[in-house]
Amino acid sequence: MRAVCWHGARDLRVENVPDPEIVNPHDAVIQVTSTAICGSDLHIFNGVIPTMHSGDIMGHEFMGEVVEVGPDTRTVKIGDRVVIPFTIACGACFFCRDQLTSLCDNTNPNARMAEALYGFSGSGLFGYSHLYGGYAGGQAEYVRVPFADIGACRVPERLTDEQVLFLSDVFPTAYMAAENCGIRPGDTVAVWGCGPVGLLAIKSAYLLGADRVIAIDRWPARLRLAESDGKAETIDYEEIEDVVEELKQRTGGRGPDACIDAVGTEAHGTTLDALYDRAKTAVRLGTDRPIALRQAIQACRKGGTVSIPGVYGGLLDKIPFGAAFAKALTFRMGQTHVHRYMRPLLEHIESGRIDPSFIISHRRWPLSHAADAYRMFNDKRDDCTKVVLDPTR
Amino acid sequence: MRYELRRSDSRDLWAAGAVAAVAVAATAAAVALATRRRPRAIEKRRPDMPTLAGGRGSRVDRTVTVMRSPDELYARWRDLTRLPELMSHLQSVAPVGEGRSLWTARGPGDIPLTWEAEIVADEPGRLIAWRSVEGAEVDNAGSVRFTPAPGGRGTEVKVLLSYAPPAGRLGTAVASVLGRSGDQEVREDLRRFKQRMEADEVATAARRHGEDW
Repeated sequence: MRAVCWHGARDLRVENVPDPEIVNPHDAVIQVTSTAICGSDLHIFNGVIPTMHSGDIMGHEFMGEVVEVGPDTRTVKIGDRVVIPFTIACGACFFCRDQLTSLCDNTNPNARMAEALYGFSGSGLFGYSHLYGGYAGGQAEYVRVPFADIGACRVPERLTDEQVLFLSDVFPTAYMAAENCGIRPGDTVAVWGCGPVGLLAIKSAYLLGADRVIAIDRWPARLRLAESDGKAETIDYEEIEDVVEELKQRTGGRGPDACIDAVGTEAHGTTLDALYDRAKTAVRLGTDRPIALRQAIQACRKGGTVSIPGVYGGLLDKIPFGAAFAKALTFRMGQTHVHRYMRPLLEHIESGRIDPSFIISHRRWPLSHAADAYRMFNDKRDDCTKVVLDPTR
Repeated sequence: MRYELRRSDSRDLWAAGAVAAVAVAATAAAVALATRRRPRAIEKRRPDMPTLAGGRGSRVDRTVTVMRSPDELYARWRDLTRLPELMSHLQSVAPVGEGRSLWTARGPGDIPLTWEAEIVADEPGRLIAWRSVEGAEVDNAGSVRFTPAPGGRGTEVKVLLSYAPPAGRLGTAVASVLGRSGDQEVREDLRRFKQRMEADEVATAARRHGEDW
């Protein structure tokens, strides 16, 4: 089969590799019909995620048709049309039983590596480095899916791939980010980053009852989407002097009730601390560029909540923790417990309350040209917000 | 099928964590990344642990919580002949009568190390303890204890192993088998045990059967 293989920073190649097969008794193999490039794939593309090996298959947002099942599967059947969560969960451990499936105890074969780095290991992830298990990803024609009964979410034929594909990651990620804000009627939510997660977080915040959403970015196309589809007010951070002050002024001096950092570790900024982070990560003296996070902490109102769907990997520098303490902020974060959200969010899509496909800028892009798509997405060329790859092309 | 930490991974992990630590006086992350707990010397007698004569030897001590009842977990450990499925340094355990059994471990260069051991404590659903018999070349002891976790949240499984390598070349061999990665090996053994008992399979990222992963 053909697959998008990683060979180093900014070096992706579409290669012929052996088809996957059933290895463990609860596995399924699916034939991929649609697979997307996630913003977090760009961290790998740029070489900032450790423990990638040459030849690793990329991708963790995918769906398709079940073509093979293991002997111990019960509910998943050959021919099922399914969306696969990017987190792999056993369904049986303490964390899975508590619906914290991205913290599953039993699915990371390289848990020792995560334990060495973080003290504990979360679940295995598709296509996201050996630190997270070394599982082959979904930017391929076929994928081996462990614990298929637990993960695979059957979707109705009348919905298109584009409508349901994002149940695999960005929609649940955005929704969990909004849910983590503990939104109450009348709340104002600020969202850093108008990429797919930010845009869907805007929608989710309104679904959960927010009164007002203010979105922050610098890319005109994304700010337009935040306004047109998201119905958010926007701030172009390159047009103003101080995002924190601007938010304060727009919220009557109080600050947003909740702040969502949908940017993560590779943030850009125009301020002094942003330059400092760039310099430090460039010479590998730092691991993250937490500019959005700093602003979120500074802008958030007293007693408010900072919700962090953006990915961070290491030890963060110059975090205004004193401000966080002084303001009694609540922090919510982590990899998304995708399994918990897939079915309820599928209902939102079925009922027409939300159609996540509005984030797509490039449809049915040939898998064979995936490397070009990564470059375009990374450089935000051609108003790129989301690329969906067609594995048959 | 077991994943061995590649040199590039160690380097990457080092880069991810320790690089930041350099800026912060090269402390916290470096410690977290670099330290492997070494087996500790046995300090004192414990009621659940048959100690070695004269308090000699080293010890490995690991606990994991498994979402199964103490009885189910005990039953899985009690069949000594299946112990090699749980403890990867063992090749076989064969009963030899009179409550004793012959244990064989993987030695360096595939030379098996054997010793005779006996069960010294057996409390159904609570504890199994064993130790090598008097005069065994490889003086060692072990136990596994099952304790209900607070709030009905599974069972805490605690494994203690202690071993006193004899002098000479055999001692070196024993040390390299049991002490090779003593703590890390027990940790991985317990992880796989937990995966089997909870999820009914051992996690692998292999794409195909027999793929070297």
